[in-house]
Amino acid sequence: MPNLRTLAERQAARPALGSGHSLCRGCGIPLVVRTVLASIRTPVAVVNATGCLEVASTRYPFTAWSVPWLHVAFENAAAVASGVESAYLALRRRGALRQNFTFVVFAGDGGTYDIGLQALSGALERGHRFLYVCYDNEGYMNTGVQRSGATPRAANTTTTPSGATSTGKAEARKNLTEIVLAHRIPYVAQAAISHLQDLSDKVERATHSEGPSFLNVLSACPPGWGYEPRDTIAVVQHAVNSGYWPLLEVIEGHWRLTVHPEPRESVGDWFGSQKRFRHLFDGVDVDLLASLEQTAEAEWQRLAEMEARDRDWFASPDGARWGLSD
Amino acid sequence: MTSWFTDKPQDLRRFRVLTGGQAVAEALRQIDPDVFPVYPITPQTPIIEAFAQCVADGRSHARILTAESEHSAMSAAVGAALAGARAMTATASQGLAYMIEIVYLAASLRAPVVIAVGNRALSGPINIHGDHSDGMLARDSGVVQVYVTTAQEAYDWMVMGVRLAEHGEVLLPVMVGLDGFTLTHSAEPVEILADAAVQEFVGPYAYPYPLLSEVAGTYGAFAMPEHYFEIKRQQIAALERAEAVLPAITRSFAKLCGRQYAPLEGYCMEDAERAMVIMGSQRGTAQEAVDKLRERGQKVGVVTVRLFRPFPRRDLAEQLRAVQAIAVFDRASTPGSFPPLYLDTRAAVRTPRVDSVIYGLGGRDLTPDDIVAVFDRLKRPAVDADPIFYAGSDEIEQER
Ligand SMILES: Cc1ncc(C[n+]2csc(CCOP(=O)(O)OP(=O)(O)O)c2C)c(N)n1
Ligand code: SF4
Ligand SMILES: [Mg+2]
Repeated sequence: MPNLRTLAERQAARPALGSGHSLCRGCGIPLVVRTVLASIRTPVAVVNATGCLEVASTRYPFTAWSVPWLHVAFENAAAVASGVESAYLALRRRGALRQNFTFVVFAGDGGTYDIGLQALSGALERGHRFLYVCYDNEGYMNTGVQRSGATPRAANTTTTPSGATSTGKAEARKNLTEIVLAHRIPYVAQAAISHLQDLSDKVERATHSEGPSFLNVLSACPPGWGYEPRDTIAVVQHAVNSGYWPLLEVIEGHWRLTVHPEPRESVGDWFGSQKRFRHLFDGVDVDLLASLEQTAEAEWQRLAEMEARDRDWFASPDGARWGLSD
Repeated sequence: MTSWFTDKPQDLRRFRVLTGGQAVAEALRQIDPDVFPVYPITPQTPIIEAFAQCVADGRSHARILTAESEHSAMSAAVGAALAGARAMTATASQGLAYMIEIVYLAASLRAPVVIAVGNRALSGPINIHGDHSDGMLARDSGVVQVYVTTAQEAYDWMVMGVRLAEHGEVLLPVMVGLDGFTLTHSAEPVEILADAAVQEFVGPYAYPYPLLSEVAGTYGAFAMPEHYFEIKRQQIAALERAEAVLPAITRSFAKLCGRQYAPLEGYCMEDAERAMVIMGSQRGTAQEAVDKLRERGQKVGVVTVRLFRPFPRRDLAEQLRAVQAIAVFDRASTPGSFPPLYLDTRAAVRTPRVDSVIYGLGGRDLTPDDIVAVFDRLKRPAVDADPIFYAGSDEIEQER
């Protein structure tokens, strides 16, 4: 598997997403895109949903992309990719295409958790072979930081502002990774921009699996989350190190955590790193912070149990086929 | 046997008794698209059922992509068409409404997808029967729209539609509309061409700049005010060119079977003083009414519009040049204003008297008597400057 130096060299030699985009300073999205695409050795074709990445990289008549790239709408990236993949199979069968393409979808959390969930579900059920990458910045950032199904409880967004009678978003985020998993696809993982080697390794396994694969990658958004652009990596490290965003993968239904932070930080460190959670610390609702900490802890324990349950499988010949028996 | 628009004797062995839906499925089998993304809805289901069986029996190589919605079906069709494969689909009514966002995008991305539409009323109330309200929802999307009048035409225009959509000067989706039930589910003799003749007529799919190639193209970029307008104008110009390239396509089709089509067609128009304009399956009823009135010595005629977008405004003006009064029959409404075919006709002609008639909503029958009544009214001075009549419904309203 390529190390970070190799990935950086590949990106420098032939950047799939080059300079000239207008994503904000400190935006996590380029890290997701570049790490994913530098980890794939075949020709790729990208399908992109509407959102920050699409808008900031393809202002006509310019483009920051040097791989085939297609955007149709916000909610249909998985369906468009289904059509592209079906065309590919038809062309290959007719002998009209020789290249061996890998198909990658990039969509935000809004385009995946919410409006695009149906198209994603249909495509997963039909079994099209593509890697779907959700870059999760926990909100509709392109339209000005509105809440999405990925926005965590208590986050201040423009549609869930905190105020005299509000502690930000009232609902917990949905667990999209497990919704995807319910489709019984061979490879599902969570990754984060603070752990690029882990992300790259997951891309390699995802693209070698037969059928659809899915990566939910925690990105970061300085203006949407309220922190300084230079702190992007540090903020996301808090998410991983506190167990708020566990790095995990599920291979043929078997779970494992790929990063075990020792010792685990408090999720309070994660909440405390961003202005969108500032009201959690103003002393008005101390119970809320405590309950959020409890929820994160319970979730971590649940995952640890699943990991223990499946440990034998990873050591078995079936698990060894994935090159993981460490 | 000779057909009504050719004197060439027909080979009876090539005729089969098919519904419009089956005829479209036969065209699909012969065209043999690479990808057929689709979602079921009445009255389009006979098309996809028959075609799915063809694929199951190994008589077509198409990949049927059973999408989870029409929105995704159209999205997949756009993806496949731009990727470099021939993609076709079929829908109706709520399905077309659900995919409409992507129909607009298909036109702007220049994805030459042929879409069969079993025209059906839009909800609500929910209703499965024929009218053109679904097609009219796509009127301004930038797709080519054809409304056929028989199962034979449905078959013929699916085949010609591929050539039109994929023509290098056009590269736009083509929607072939056939009235729900009246055409989709009614059987009539249909001449089916030889498989090889259809294959040769449509030729291989050759999208000029496919996504899946060595050249890394960016498709679907976003455009600011300084470019959007010009991109839209290119798209509008491409749609206008569909009218210009159509005659060459219809002529080469006529060489195959003798059926020579035009964007619109007049019946008894040579000396007509009063005329009606209509689209779709009710052409036969209109011609029957005209025959009846002609027997009584009245100079009436009918123009059937087949190509609705781009609208053949010059041809229509030519047909209606000498007419003194016109009634335009729309099978759709534009609440609060005049219906689409009426507005297009009005803009094309200088005739002072043009009445609007809305008929057949939600599958209501249009009878020859309804049409005779409209022609009678055209003889009398207009009661109102801009009347809209509701054929087959005004009488019911009056009885209330
Ligand atoms: C059908 C539709 N509804 C709404 C929009 C407006 N819109 C564009 S991008 C966006 C939010 C995107 O959020 P996400 O997918 O999380 O991507 P991000 O902006 O965070 O990159 C919205 C609501 C749209 N383009 N299409
Ligand atoms: S708003 Fe956020 S997600 Fe969008 S480009 Fe800026 S930093 Fe990135
Ligand atoms: Mg987002």
